[in-house]
Amino acid sequence: MEMTYAAAVRYALEQEMERDPRVFIMGEDIGVYGGAFGVTMGLVERFGKERVRDTPIAEEGIVGAGIGASLVGMRPIVEIQFSDFIMNAMDQVVNQAAKIHFMFGGRMHVPLVIRGPAGAGTGAAAQHSQSLEAWFHHVPGLKVVMPATPDDARGLLLAAIRDPNPVIMFEHKLLYKMKGEVEESGEALPLGQARIARPGRDATLVTYSFMVHRVLEAATLLAGEGWDIEVIDLRTIVPMDLATVTASVGRTGRLAVCHEAVGRGGIGGEIAARVWESEAFDFLDAPLLRITGLDTPVPYSPPLEQAFMPSVERIHDSVKSWLTREGAH
Amino acid sequence: MAKPDPANFTEEAASLPRALDYFRTMWRIRRFDETIDELFASGQVHGTTHLYIGEEAVAAGVIGELQAGDVITSTHRGHGHNIALGGDIRAMMAELLGRTTGYCAGRGGSMHIADQNLGNLGANGIVAGGVPIAVGAGLGFHLQGRAQVVVAFAGDGALNEGGFHEAANLAAIWKLPVVFVVENNQYGMSGSVHEMFALSHLADRAAAYGIPGLMVDGQDVFAVAETARYAILKARQGGGPSLIEAVTYRYKGHSKSDANRYRTREEIQNWRKRDPIERVRAHLEGEGVEAAALDAMVAEVRAEVAAALRFAEESPWPTPDTLLDAVWAPAEEGAD
Repeated sequence: MEMTYAAAVRYALEQEMERDPRVFIMGEDIGVYGGAFGVTMGLVERFGKERVRDTPIAEEGIVGAGIGASLVGMRPIVEIQFSDFIMNAMDQVVNQAAKIHFMFGGRMHVPLVIRGPAGAGTGAAAQHSQSLEAWFHHVPGLKVVMPATPDDARGLLLAAIRDPNPVIMFEHKLLYKMKGEVEESGEALPLGQARIARPGRDATLVTYSFMVHRVLEAATLLAGEGWDIEVIDLRTIVPMDLATVTASVGRTGRLAVCHEAVGRGGIGGEIAARVWESEAFDFLDAPLLRITGLDTPVPYSPPLEQAFMPSVERIHDSVKSWLTREGAH
Repeated sequence: MAKPDPANFTEEAASLPRALDYFRTMWRIRRFDETIDELFASGQVHGTTHLYIGEEAVAAGVIGELQAGDVITSTHRGHGHNIALGGDIRAMMAELLGRTTGYCAGRGGSMHIADQNLGNLGANGIVAGGVPIAVGAGLGFHLQGRAQVVVAFAGDGALNEGGFHEAANLAAIWKLPVVFVVENNQYGMSGSVHEMFALSHLADRAAAYGIPGLMVDGQDVFAVAETARYAILKARQGGGPSLIEAVTYRYKGHSKSDANRYRTREEIQNWRKRDPIERVRAHLEGEGVEAAALDAMVAEVRAEVAAALRFAEESPWPTPDTLLDAVWAPAEEGAD
């Protein structure tokens, strides 16, 4: 069935709420308003105000309440209206949810999902546009999911809800209206399994979330110029499917990474380090290339915001000059 | 401030069997923490710890009013809560000594003891960190249609954390079965309540959430129990949350590094004159219980704690080979 990314998220929520009475959603304006991006539209009419629960503007409170409900047998999903607002809940996310299983000696677990929109490109400026996945990637005990397609949003969200650990799912705002074919079986997709979005021979370009689509466009342009790029969509940042990446680098001999988040301290550096530490190092013929958001807050004005995010043109030009300099041909 | 209505009370908190229970529980807490204090003082335990000595009547009085299936969230000063719930003091001692037989297999230590089978959802190293979690447990019980109650223990310092405010408001608007028990021991580390609040009574904060605020002498276990019984019954019957301020005092420093520079020896001595355990003892003797019987009970507790220490000392140290796997809950724990 074809549907938008936002509808696919909603579809997974509906399927799981139908299947599992322990599942409920809470967040700001998720009821009759339908959520700031319309993801939960219609759910309150179907499941009622108890299970589709409008909350005060209190991120620390509602994330903590999600943890507590999960500890007494519920499967809460907390929507953070803009994922930037999770900063208000960092104690509950980092000091509580991530650590409860470990520090209490495995006696308890936290089957909690926190999900919300991330990313730039909508003119929402510095406090409503960030890609903060590296912060959570750094904390042992949190899983981080960043689907790029409607079916991945559906299948990975189902997996997140069924997972016994806290999972954060970032949904890029520019993906919400993207359409795609969506599986109807109710089967989850495994966390920690990357997807080769485009096979290629000349270089491996690892990416995730919205950037998958820009990278694929750039790869098509590059193909017209004689370069065959393999594009890997990580889908989940934690757990990270390093095996798919190293196998690909073993075939192509070149590694590039592209993400929208700022480059400094970003996931790109981590991927590079892990490839450099792996057996794939022996196959590397070229230095690393990182194509990332600028090391700035996300700016507002359209030309500035466009410059912040890796564009198809920037990705194309960066990869082309990298390949040319390294003499791939 | 609302007043407990004695008509709601079904059992006299000061009945002899209950008073004996309080006496034993409070002594178990005190002797456990005295032992921990000695271990730290002699350098046998590393890290830090927060002792509950002087505050025993609060845990004993409140937790004595809970029923099976009820839960609590605890604090960094949490040994007393777990002991009052009937926690395993051998596993607690072993955890403080960092051994495999500890509650957390040595991964948590003093500030991270939980026993969900008894209803303890966890001590917490973050001030007010457990309060939103308590409210979430209350939300879970509400959604499940279970008549269980959650007690969120917090110190006076926690009242000034944003998380407390957010959580209290959630509990109030959703009428959740949560009782906030603020253990006002007069200091958040060195910060006196007189400096850190512009209120004389912390219970007055409750008015901001539209919930009852109750104040009780935290050195009087019978008064604590009566107040807790009122709030717990109200919560269980769907009447929503309450906030109890239990006015108490910690005899020992905030943690092991505390030199008590912010208070006088005289102040500490004055509070010791109102010792909560001595108060129960006087009550029991007034009821005709022989001093020798009480001394025997104390001796039993001392022996039990000493045995727990031996058990902990004889337990093996953990090995690091299990650490990486311990981060994640395995999928089967989440299976339907």
